[in-house]
Amino acid sequence: MAEYPRIRQVGLSGLLVQFGEGMTEPANRAAIAFRAAIDAQHWTEVSETSTSLVSTFVVADLVNMPSEALCEKLQELLTSQDWSNAPLPSGRTLWEIPTLYGTDAAPQLEEAALAAGVSPEQAITELSTARVRVLTLGFAPGQPYTGELPPHWDIPRQQALTRSVPSGALVVAIRQLIIFTNASPTGWRHVGQTAFRTFRPTSSIPIALSPGDELCFPSVTAKEYEHIQQSDLSGDGGAQRSVLT
Amino acid sequence: MNAQLEILSCGPAVTVQDLGRPGFLAQGLTRGGAADVLALYEGAALLGQSPNFAALEMVGMGGSFRANVDIRIALTGALMATTLDDVPIAWNASHLLPAGSILKIGGASSGTYGYLHIGGGIETPVMMGARATHLNASLGAALQACEILPIGQDHSKTIGMTLVSDDRFGGGRIRIIASMQTDQFDVATRERFVSTSFIRDARGNRMGVRMQHDGDPFMAVDQLSILSDVIVPGDIQIAGDGAPFVLMSECQTTGGYPRIGTVLPSDMARVAQAPAGASITFEFVDLPQARTIEQRAALARKALGSAITPLLRDPHDIRDLLSYQLISGAISATHDPSIEED
Repeated sequence: MAEYPRIRQVGLSGLLVQFGEGMTEPANRAAIAFRAAIDAQHWTEVSETSTSLVSTFVVADLVNMPSEALCEKLQELLTSQDWSNAPLPSGRTLWEIPTLYGTDAAPQLEEAALAAGVSPEQAITELSTARVRVLTLGFAPGQPYTGELPPHWDIPRQQALTRSVPSGALVVAIRQLIIFTNASPTGWRHVGQTAFRTFRPTSSIPIALSPGDELCFPSVTAKEYEHIQQSDLSGDGGAQRSVLT
Repeated sequence: MNAQLEILSCGPAVTVQDLGRPGFLAQGLTRGGAADVLALYEGAALLGQSPNFAALEMVGMGGSFRANVDIRIALTGALMATTLDDVPIAWNASHLLPAGSILKIGGASSGTYGYLHIGGGIETPVMMGARATHLNASLGAALQACEILPIGQDHSKTIGMTLVSDDRFGGGRIRIIASMQTDQFDVATRERFVSTSFIRDARGNRMGVRMQHDGDPFMAVDQLSILSDVIVPGDIQIAGDGAPFVLMSECQTTGGYPRIGTVLPSDMARVAQAPAGASITFEFVDLPQARTIEQRAALARKALGSAITPLLRDPHDIRDLLSYQLISGAISATHDPSIEED
């Protein structure tokens, strides 16, 4: 068994700090908090940082600089506190994104509810009141993997892919929710539809979400959803946002 | 009059590319940029300008182009038969493209990615800090006939320069370093990997290039239990079918397949340029060797500006001879265009 956290070298691109072997809330929290701590150091040799589910990636030019010195600095910062219990950075955003559950717009709600062992009504109640965190962004620009839902939502991905879910689709599997950036085939089940655009290439803020942001998906009627589609052309899909302190 | 390049016709995969857009990894967007970065530096050296300028990347075949004013061009990367008003012109060289003349760039006869550079650079709008089209992210799109591209102001007049081409266009030996998952492949598998002669598969694009081989699939010890984690261009991912897949500039930011190693940045152009069917082998180097190789490659890129030489040709072929400097007065051996600001 490897000891965590641990530091691995990523080719000549940088160093990776891993906080666990599998996805857990404390390991994801640690990765996000540790990234914020590195950013706050303003180390000149670090050109960029990112997080994946349970690790922090520190991009540095390891061609012109040996990795040992940076590794030592990271080690020192790592041991300065227990990162899995660290508070999440302040200034993150809470997004409340209106969501149309079920209907023809999101045809796999009932199937997902069955897999989770709840009624479709209960599924809507649970999903529309859950508050999840952006665990990481990937697969497509700005596409959030959020979680974690309660354990009974640890439902597997479908064996056969859905041919295509549209942009803005809310899909569920393995205790996580994703809002799809682009229309895409997927094994995740399509339970809701949002008018939220995760990637807006021509906007001054092309990618709305950041790791650590929190999301809610309140339920709206088909009529309300239609109104949002027509009235909010910003890409926010009628979302309310507030700053988490 | 603002300089413009008109696309009269073009192949299916001609895009605007530059050195890519760093800074968005956390939000799920890889850097992207030219598949053959060295070709951008060569074009910059031939035109005596910054390698940050955007150029046209042409996969497999070029197109027909026309400018509304006299412009300078340079051609680098995969060799493509090219004519200017039906007269053949040299590859790996800079030329004058007179206003209204037709530049025709054909199919690649060696390599995969050809580049058309313009004096002053292509000045399409900057998107998220760069001009590079990122096809996988739907950021920009492949160019089509009838599009008109704005061109930046050119501060030089030098044309008729050439560079000796290297041998990166036919596959060959690719140097790799251990990645963070290399030790999840047992020693026998790693030894088989470096002793296998791969064929560059026809399945390849700006996201990744598949390598095919005869024999058993390559498998990590615990192939399926790897949690999705960061990936970088150059990583050699072993997908479910056991075939290596070299991730290129438009790869995703994270992935759950094990990676047996990472291609050195300066050998990525060789991977990109290898045409389908080319033979490829991989060889591990250690970190100190890798750093030395990359430092030398960076020095070689900086020295390109002093490696250019006049193209030998018949002066009668050159229009408007007197207004162009045949031997560079604008470039000194000590001047480094790569550190010039935009």
